[in-house]
Amino acid sequence: MAVIARTVDARGQACPGPLVMLARALGEAAPGDLLELLATDPGSRSDVPSWAELSGNELVEVDTSTDGVFRYVVRKA
Amino acid sequence: MATTEERRVEARPIEGREPTVDPAAWAELLRRVEALEQAQRAGIQKRNKLTIIAWGGELDRIWPTTILASTAAASGMEVSVFFTFWGLFAIVRPDVRITGRHWMQKMMSAMNPGSPARAKLSRYQFAGAGPAMLKHLAATHHVERPEALLDLAKEMGARLIPCQMTMDLLGLERDDLIDGLEEPIGAATAIREMREAAISLFI
Repeated sequence: MAVIARTVDARGQACPGPLVMLARALGEAAPGDLLELLATDPGSRSDVPSWAELSGNELVEVDTSTDGVFRYVVRKA
Repeated sequence: MATTEERRVEARPIEGREPTVDPAAWAELLRRVEALEQAQRAGIQKRNKLTIIAWGGELDRIWPTTILASTAAASGMEVSVFFTFWGLFAIVRPDVRITGRHWMQKMMSAMNPGSPARAKLSRYQFAGAGPAMLKHLAATHHVERPEALLDLAKEMGARLIPCQMTMDLLGLERDDLIDGLEEPIGAATAIREMREAAISLFI
């Protein structure tokens, strides 16, 4: 598995907190870097894919199987 | 004038002869291509941009305004928020209390205390209990306050623009407003911002 450059822990944050935290972390990352986002906001399940489409970054992994904590891996464009 | 059908027949190669083009049909075709090119040049190019007219200064208006502005900025969109009328009070410095010179302006500023921190609700105000309850619920659900979201949006490149005319009308000076704003603009500039934006909202 590819190396995660950074984990953004947005557990407990509500909309638009997780996306704002992810976008800020992405701003400091290099193109191609993989970032992991942890969120508990149920809205993130639709919002993270929407954000990826809007921002042009690639959503490479989604794991919503864990109870209450959703995990996303994004590759910076 | 020849119809399209007739031209097509004429352009078809006839037995033993080179295909010919009707000069009138050719001229018409060129004219139409030029017209299309001209229309495209004059056309509006939409940008990946969100424009919000922040008209309302109430908590339940300025909150969605700041949520959408910060989210769009976090999604890599260009963002312009145009503050006008009661929306202007949301960008008044928290330490500024009474603004304006005329007694009517002073009265309006007394009824619309600056910054989202002191904004009222459009309903269920209950003499201040409504906003307090909403903020309590927001804190429980870890929703950022509008003043924090406004800072975030600004930090991520959103342009916050006050409306010059309503500033004058309400007696607001540039020094009464928070730092980091763009120069005040007028309605035509706001329309231009909206015309080029893929999304424009009035909140």
